[in-house]
Amino acid sequence: MELNVRLFALYRERAGRSIVPVVVPDGATVADLTDEMRRRFPNLAPPEVNIVVAVNTDYADASVVLQPGDDVCLIPPVSGG
Amino acid sequence: MIELTTDTLDPEKVTASVRRDTNGSVVTFLGTTRDNFEGKKVLTLEYEAFDEMALKKLEEVRQELMAEFGLEQVAISHRIGTVGIGEISLVVAVGSPHRKDGFAACHQAVDRIKEVVPIWKKEVYEDGSRWVACEDHEFSHQDSGQDLGQSAAESHTH
Repeated sequence: MELNVRLFALYRERAGRSIVPVVVPDGATVADLTDEMRRRFPNLAPPEVNIVVAVNTDYADASVVLQPGDDVCLIPPVSGG
Repeated sequence: MIELTTDTLDPEKVTASVRRDTNGSVVTFLGTTRDNFEGKKVLTLEYEAFDEMALKKLEEVRQELMAEFGLEQVAISHRIGTVGIGEISLVVAVGSPHRKDGFAACHQAVDRIKEVVPIWKKEVYEDGSRWVACEDHEFSHQDSGQDLGQSAAESHTH
């Protein structure tokens, strides 16, 4: 399935775009998706850093299985306030 | 009341929204933009939000506080876009029957907003810029605090 992954702030700047179409196999997890994003954009985040993902506007664990049509967003460390 | 806006924040309006004759206390917190970071002059700040999720998380923070402290009046207004130095970027107002709950709830609200709400700020310097909590030490304070969304990302503007 193809997902349109949305990027914000630092990740958007490092990838050079705000939406990245990504093809992942059926049954792929959040971890599979972040692996693919790291492969596509090696400088996105340091290897030791966990890339936080939101699926359908909620934070999602690495083990969450993605579904077609999911709204998937990469969330860099937040700094509101 | 929950608000994300590019307009100048109005703390009087936010504060007024939590006043009730049944309350003996209103605590209002203002987050303001600081003009320096580690000796560097900050010219301006750029705030970016994932709007739909930020509004949802702000409302979750508000609901959590109301449940935990038994309150009915909590208002949060966060500015996004370009914010000049010394301006207000965040207003949290809590109305409560007694002051102790108001101070505690307001403190907790600000902490939670900084932990879980997908809003980012970039400090702009004379010679570059930096996404706060990301580029200062390359995410060094981040661990896998994913169940809460984010680890306690450090903040340099408050």
